[in-house]
Amino acid sequence: MLRLLNIEFHKLRYSKSTKILTLIYFILPLFIALLASIDFNFIGFNIHVADQGIFNFPYIWHFNSFIISYLKLFLAIVIVSMMSNEYSNRTLKQNLIDGMSKKEFILSKFYTVLAFSAASTVFVFLLSMILGLSFSDYTEFSIIFSELEFLLAYFIKLVGFFSFCMFLGILVKRSAFALGFLFVWWIIEKIVHVVVRFKITHTDSGADSVMQFFPLEATYNLIKQPVTRLNFIQSAANQLQTDISTDYAVHWYSVLIVLVWTTIFVWGSYALLKKRDL
Amino acid sequence: MLNFVTKPQLGRHIYKTNTILNTILQINRLTKRYGALTAVDNLSFTIEKGNVYGILGPNGSGKSTTLGMVLNVVNKTSGDFQWFNGNETTHDALKKVGAIIERPNFYPYMTAMQNLNLVCKIKNVKNAKIEEKLEIVGLLDRKNSKFSTFSLGMKQRLAIASALLNDPEILILDEPTNGLDPQGIHQIREIIRKIAAMGTTILLASHLLDEVEKVCSHVIIIRKGVMLYSGSVDEMNASHGYVEMQAKDDQVLLAALKNHPWFEKVSIDEETGLTKAMLTQPIEAEELNAMLFEKGIVLSHLVKRKESLEQQFLELTKQNA
Repeated sequence: MLRLLNIEFHKLRYSKSTKILTLIYFILPLFIALLASIDFNFIGFNIHVADQGIFNFPYIWHFNSFIISYLKLFLAIVIVSMMSNEYSNRTLKQNLIDGMSKKEFILSKFYTVLAFSAASTVFVFLLSMILGLSFSDYTEFSIIFSELEFLLAYFIKLVGFFSFCMFLGILVKRSAFALGFLFVWWIIEKIVHVVVRFKITHTDSGADSVMQFFPLEATYNLIKQPVTRLNFIQSAANQLQTDISTDYAVHWYSVLIVLVWTTIFVWGSYALLKKRDL
Repeated sequence: MLNFVTKPQLGRHIYKTNTILNTILQINRLTKRYGALTAVDNLSFTIEKGNVYGILGPNGSGKSTTLGMVLNVVNKTSGDFQWFNGNETTHDALKKVGAIIERPNFYPYMTAMQNLNLVCKIKNVKNAKIEEKLEIVGLLDRKNSKFSTFSLGMKQRLAIASALLNDPEILILDEPTNGLDPQGIHQIREIIRKIAAMGTTILLASHLLDEVEKVCSHVIIIRKGVMLYSGSVDEMNASHGYVEMQAKDDQVLLAALKNHPWFEKVSIDEETGLTKAMLTQPIEAEELNAMLFEKGIVLSHLVKRKESLEQQFLELTKQNA
């Protein structure tokens, strides 16, 4: 496993675009954190985002894992191009001739997906820890380390999403087209959602229970939006007498669905590669 | 040889003859179909250690497909092949093989060194030999240049260096001089000759006959996926040659030659107007001249030639058209 990771890391480390995208991926959250933690003077109002409770333990686990997961698009480009570049440079062929098996090739890519996801999860953990320790109203040990399942969900979410990117990279063989396909797929899921909602189930909950089985929706479902959980939003909602309560928890079946998709994508990549003549 | 035999593997049949221990690659009725098209048709041959093999065939005859199949990048339709007597999986066996097929494929954003380091990691060998191999192909001074800045000739030479990194049991080259300028072709051939002289088994696929003739000891000729000939280059050249003649009356000459046991395939070449006849036995030009003179035929032109491999090749492929 280390050998395969080492090989893949060697391929990535000399690529300028990979380096830049990865740097952006890890630096952007730092900026967001920095912006959130300073005072804004907004048309005479002093807004201090950190005071709104977003950095409170354990809420911060939920909030950060949700927000930062949007940046996964940057790494998605890296993942897609690391697959499709092997086709366009024809290095995949050379790798196989040099004595890598097709299985090893896919595994080296999948291990890289795991490594990126793990690194990102550790990063979110550290960033949240620092922000939380600086701004949280509660710093008791038991509170800090509660709701850590959001980090696990974050990890699974990235692995699932990147496996999808990896599969598309192999399937389409061109990075630009693969990313385009990803976007088109996202639109397709949205359209299917609308169709299911208004033509088949006629209820939101019914549509959600169908949509949770689609790959992008499944990864999105792992971490629900945290905004309506905020104190000031909830109190505002109470004043308006609206019920905005959502089920925020990470459910085992959501995790299972994403894991099944991950397996399908990795196995599918392998099957595609095995079937193809290069 | 004996150290091979003294280490029998458990549960594995031990072959009794030495030749099998020297077999590098054995191909048995290998076939590849793309839909209705049969690219490689029931091909069988064996590569023994220490020889230089040439696979000869016109473009599109199935050379690259054959190599692709044994190199794990093209899926076979039927038949099978074995590397090193089938003692290991194909991808492990390929770690002991050096191969370049069609075009040099490397990561354009990496330097020569970085690319070769990667190949070492894939092949699971130490990277101590990189400089030595770059020296062989004359690229040592460009080792820190990016691959994308290389000319085609340099890319091809880097590919050879890369194939040599593991001191391979066999070096497979597919059209190594394709697309190169004369100087590049010369450099590549020099390198191949150097490597062959070191005793490395080489399998060279080419549509260039003189290339194969110059470098190879054995030749396999394929056309439309079918093997036409397999054997040594010398045996292929074993004909007694042919003669070109001209006399005042071509028809008389033709008749005299046709009824004589020394000759076969007598014909008048339309382009040159010369009468051409294949020799069935080693006959000297003097004997031939004397024989015809006795019959009252005076030759105005007599040349005895040995067929080049190229003519042999054209002959072979024509017969089976």
